[in-house]
Amino acid sequence: MTKTILVFLLYACSLSAQAALDAAQVRQLAAEDSSDKVAAIRQLTQTADPDAVRVLQAMADDSLYLAGGKAVIIDGDKAFDAATGAAIRVPADAESVTVNNRIRGELANALAALKLFDADAGVRLASAQKLQSSVSPEMAPLLAQALEKEGDAQIRALLTVAHAQANLGNDDPAARMAAVKALSETSSPTIKSLLLPLTDKAGEPDDKVRYEAIAAVKAIDGRLALAENLGRVFSGLSLGSILLLAALGLAITYGVMGIINMAHGELLMVGAYAAYGMQSLFRAYLPDWIDWYLPAAIPVAFFAAALVGVVMERTVIRWLYGRTLETLLATWGISLVLIQSARVLFGAQNVEVSNPTWMSGGIELLPNLVLPWNRIIIVGFALFVLTLVWVLMNRTRLGMFVRAVTQNRPMAGCVGVPTARIDTLAFALGAGIAGLGGVALSQISNVGPDMGQGYIVDSFMVVVVGGVGQLAGAVWAALGLGILSKLLEGWAGAVIAKISILVCIIIFIQKRPQGIFALKGRFVE
Amino acid sequence: MRRPLTLRIIDSLDGKAWLALGVFLALALVAVPVLHLAVPEDSAFHVSTYVITLIGKIMCYALVAVAMDLIWGYGGILSLGHGLFFALGGYAFGMYLMRQIGRDGSYQSDLPDFMVFLDWKELPWFWSGSDSFLWVAILVVVVPAIVAFIFGYFAFRSRIKGVYFSIITQALTYAAMLLFFRNETGFGGNNGFTDFKRVLGYTVTSPETRLVLFGLTALLLAATLVFAAWLVKSKFGRVLAAIRDAESRVMFIGYNPLWYKLFIWVVSAVLCGIAGALYVPQVGIINPSEMSPANSIEIAIWVAVGGRGTLIGPVIGAFVVNLAKSWFTVSFPEYWLFFLGLLFIVVTLMLPQGLVGLWKKLTTRKEGAAA
Repeated sequence: MTKTILVFLLYACSLSAQAALDAAQVRQLAAEDSSDKVAAIRQLTQTADPDAVRVLQAMADDSLYLAGGKAVIIDGDKAFDAATGAAIRVPADAESVTVNNRIRGELANALAALKLFDADAGVRLASAQKLQSSVSPEMAPLLAQALEKEGDAQIRALLTVAHAQANLGNDDPAARMAAVKALSETSSPTIKSLLLPLTDKAGEPDDKVRYEAIAAVKAIDGRLALAENLGRVFSGLSLGSILLLAALGLAITYGVMGIINMAHGELLMVGAYAAYGMQSLFRAYLPDWIDWYLPAAIPVAFFAAALVGVVMERTVIRWLYGRTLETLLATWGISLVLIQSARVLFGAQNVEVSNPTWMSGGIELLPNLVLPWNRIIIVGFALFVLTLVWVLMNRTRLGMFVRAVTQNRPMAGCVGVPTARIDTLAFALGAGIAGLGGVALSQISNVGPDMGQGYIVDSFMVVVVGGVGQLAGAVWAALGLGILSKLLEGWAGAVIAKISILVCIIIFIQKRPQGIFALKGRFVE
Repeated sequence: MRRPLTLRIIDSLDGKAWLALGVFLALALVAVPVLHLAVPEDSAFHVSTYVITLIGKIMCYALVAVAMDLIWGYGGILSLGHGLFFALGGYAFGMYLMRQIGRDGSYQSDLPDFMVFLDWKELPWFWSGSDSFLWVAILVVVVPAIVAFIFGYFAFRSRIKGVYFSIITQALTYAAMLLFFRNETGFGGNNGFTDFKRVLGYTVTSPETRLVLFGLTALLLAATLVFAAWLVKSKFGRVLAAIRDAESRVMFIGYNPLWYKLFIWVVSAVLCGIAGALYVPQVGIINPSEMSPANSIEIAIWVAVGGRGTLIGPVIGAFVVNLAKSWFTVSFPEYWLFFLGLLFIVVTLMLPQGLVGLWKKLTTRKEGAAA
């Protein structure tokens, strides 16, 4: 239906314009040989005649026929002469013009080029964008023409690149020179590959143009490398945020009680499964609000993990004070029980947790640098949790008590701080933060019973490097380790990066056994 | 004047302990071979290959547990990376076993199959000499010793202790596991070494070879127990216990704890390496999962269950936990982790001295009631 209207409109336009195309050229569209057809399409495009759109569109729609030595357009029960656009009788001996894939591609380009002259800026922008990746040298004059007429700055920029690409094969060295100069401003790998032949003596006879091309390739390479490094720094930042989320809770429990909670990774798992549970609930009862399951999962995950933490503290850890190595073993036992419980409850396989739609996609900073939304949101979420913890620790009475117990437990007890209660609350807080970390993890990695195991070593490394009981230390250590490991990964591969980080940490501890930010004061072991 | 070493060694165990050791060796070196080879298979007294492999494996574990007890029970240092030394010894001996396959592998090449698979043309440098039993036997001892010395020297020098040390040893074994998982490292990637054919020219799976390996393990376990008993009763052992209980005071008296800790740490690592070397031909496989942090932490629970700070405790613990493991993983595979997890919790909460401590408490209470 739209096709009919389109053809009809085009036909009406051509009637009013009274413009006729060269009949011989139009006839060649129906030639036997594909190369002849391509030549005809390119010639027709060069005329920049709006009437050509009508014929090429018909050809693309498979309604171009050959009848009695003339190209005709047949649309349902109507027929038109292709060259003039005049209505004629439907011929009996019409033969369809074959359009293969090569021709189809050529037609799409030609139509895009012709649409550069459309009155609507939106249509022009779309076609200019389409022409960024596929330009034939024959389009150069047409593009020059379009460029001359174009007023919109954004479209002009796109057209300049397209025009320069078309001109790379120009016979005139000056034109090639201008093209290379224009292209050196871009930063896409495709254009770099277009410029590469020109850096070679065989591909470019003119010395000046060749040197310019070499410089242009270098400039593009520099920008590509910059984007790559920026990308690495960003993924390091996002890894750092995840490490921070995983380590913040550990930093609190380790700082306050001096124990290593080996089940901390499993508290992350509890948070991730809470997100999975909320997703299932929303799917079942609130399918229209499914995108909002994630914000709803945040408090649920916090309290679920905090509850597990309180139970752990009250039933096991409480009885092992002063015996840190035994606590380590007991919490390892708890982690085994939690892992197996998750297997029994949810199955041994990973469960599927999908990103809400507002988290998919990303921001394209450069052609080869896309920052995914889910990573950006996790960085933001880590900041949010960090602020929350900071406020809690530094601006509330509970936080003051926690800091007091961290610094000097007997003295805090002497001045009336209920240390046993603070232990429980601090442990619950640490566990709850791990739960929040689990929600973040559920968005970027697999959710399964074993997911926590991989984080315990990493998050303890953050605590060790950062220094005990120090928020700032944890932040710097998490970001530093995240960015360092991503940079090393790009340079040496993931496993080597991990090993060298661990070696670095062992060496680092030689120099600063108390971490980056050591607690100052008198300590007896 | 000091008494001769032999006398001191004899004195380090009391009469009952020597008797128990003698009975153990008689069982392992005489009774088991006779029951395996001479008694017909359908007899109730026949000892099957499965039992021999299982007990042989558990004796290797017991050796590791004793090594662990030396540094944890007597030195107060909890290592969560002992699986690394065990695996290093295993891999070192595994190299020899791989070379013994000769051209009987599936590619009929002089190189181990996995190297053919990776399209390597010659052995990497660290494989040179691996066809010599003697050289490999040296490697089994020296490689864990060097790794332990370097790591221990830096860790103890900066006085890393307690949970810090535990976690860093865990990171160490974790890093090593990642390294050995790579195919390029040259140790068979995640498949490790397997499909062994011969050891010293004898078929690895023949009953006689199995019995010899079994007997060797038993002998070595007994020897280690005697050595450990002597070591912990010597002056060295007493300084070590003092360091465990009050390191600062020992330092102020004029001892440097570094060398005491480092020595027991290296001894412990070497014992683990030897245990690994005996383990591999009996079990028939070594792969990087032996280095996983979970495996190493399991060693600690064997010691804790038996009772640390005693020498018989780790052996009992290794047997109890591993027999339970083989029984659970066959009968109730899904409950094994629950059991193991609860074991960790219950032992640390209620049995700080392990089964040996429980036994002592029960017997002394009885004596107290009688008196």
